[in-house]
Amino acid sequence: MFNAEDIKKDFPILRTKVNGKPLVYLDNAATSQKPECVIKATERYYSTENANVHRGVYTLAEIATGLYESTRLSVARFIGAVNGDDQPLYSEDGDIAEIIFTRGTTESINLVAYSWGDANVKEGDEILVSMLEHHSNLVPWQQLCKRKGATLKFIPIDENGEMDLDGLDDLITDKTKMVAVSMISNALGTITPVKEIVKKAKKVGAVTLVDGAQAAPHIPVNMRDLDCDFFAFSAHKMLGPTGLGVLYGKKEILEKMNPFLIGGDMIREVDLYDSTWNSPPHKFEAGTPNIAAVAAFTPAIEYLMDLGMENVFNHSKDLRDYAVSRLRELPKIHIYAEHAKNVSGIVSFTIKGVHAHDIASVLAADNVAIRAGHHCAQPLMNLMGESATARMSFYIYNTREDVDTAVRAVQKVYEIFKIS
Amino acid sequence: MDMYAENILHHFKEPHHFGGLAKATVSAKESNPLCGDKYGMDLVIDKDGVISDASFTGEGCAISKAAVSMLMDEIIGKPLNEVEKISKENIYELLGVEVSAGRVKCALLGLKILQAAIKKYHEKIPDQR
Repeated sequence: MFNAEDIKKDFPILRTKVNGKPLVYLDNAATSQKPECVIKATERYYSTENANVHRGVYTLAEIATGLYESTRLSVARFIGAVNGDDQPLYSEDGDIAEIIFTRGTTESINLVAYSWGDANVKEGDEILVSMLEHHSNLVPWQQLCKRKGATLKFIPIDENGEMDLDGLDDLITDKTKMVAVSMISNALGTITPVKEIVKKAKKVGAVTLVDGAQAAPHIPVNMRDLDCDFFAFSAHKMLGPTGLGVLYGKKEILEKMNPFLIGGDMIREVDLYDSTWNSPPHKFEAGTPNIAAVAAFTPAIEYLMDLGMENVFNHSKDLRDYAVSRLRELPKIHIYAEHAKNVSGIVSFTIKGVHAHDIASVLAADNVAIRAGHHCAQPLMNLMGESATARMSFYIYNTREDVDTAVRAVQKVYEIFKIS
Repeated sequence: MDMYAENILHHFKEPHHFGGLAKATVSAKESNPLCGDKYGMDLVIDKDGVISDASFTGEGCAISKAAVSMLMDEIIGKPLNEVEKISKENIYELLGVEVSAGRVKCALLGLKILQAAIKKYHEKIPDQR
């Protein structure tokens, strides 16, 4: 294991104070803070390495392209999109075929919903998601179904906030074309049995997408083991820069897909009246990408890999369990997924008689950052009968002391609202 | 926490004119998609264009609920042309506390609903303007 106190020192923002109070940052499910090495890499890129990629033959252009493509390799290794020799699959042009850079998880999922979905889903088909989905893995499928006259179905959840797979055999049918589920719920923190779902989906020939926005930063993931067709996640939730996401796709399916956005960098030949497309990944990366973010993503990945993703998970999970044990003692509190068996470093709660937003405001006065709201999961909130919950989400630099500070601030909510 | 002053907590816990009206002249509802605050507002407007009664329904945070509750007290018995002049500054004055930037939308949700209701009323009865 690692010492979170030492890790804190690598994050400049954690040294900032508001009204003399140090920052207790517990909104990691929304975005993570950035270590010095990532900030420095961004600065270094713009100071000494900046050029456009895949074009120039001058030295700088080669450096920028090299950085960009080497991050692709780091990503492939981080998510286990490699074979036994630790090598990824290459396209006919010699590029890493299965890793596509996007603007974020949302764009990754939209890419699949439009490029794959519009070509492969037709009237009467079915798409399966779950009740836990973030809007980014619900709305693209919902709208695809509306465009095509397909039916959207939902895997239910049980009272612990865990997916209930009892009826899965009835939900996955010959009509199922796409099964898209998240690996960790951003609202509740529950870890879902994606491997089992992917396996069942394969049996009927359905294509699978795993929303890994919360999983990639927090638990070990391996594409060969998971065997999904697509996996989407964002750099900014795992120490990396904002504005950068990843879409992993299996090479054979990416080769058959049409591009999403079209224009520069993604073409092979352009005539006045027709064009042919580049091979993956470039087919899906139209225009100048966020090169600085890509360059700074490798140090973020290396930082996490040095800690070990098992350790990263155990650390956040331990803080979650500790927070639950402390919060449980408070009156009129409801902790969601309190008794879930598979859960990560997120704790979502409400206090009877106080709106979640007010909880967050009281904590903010002590410079404790938590999220309050529906967490972009309105259907899940409706199911739970809540309009909003307060959510603490933990990461590598958080300590038990942070939890204690947060719980002390929660106790102030009771004083202010005169609840006992 | 200065924001949670006594009067705000009072309006939050025991909102004035809460529960809705069966015979409203006009109704409007609105939610704040970011935090899930959700309110409906019923207005009874008499033939002279005076708001003779008003009530609201819904749930939300202390700031938004207190603001709607105070707004109800403020508008009942007043003519529309006066109510239409209520500005966001007036809402802050009613609340009497410093509203942090992140909570402005909560504070102003009630005013937004009121304005939507009045707009609807004018569309319904254009010659009253």
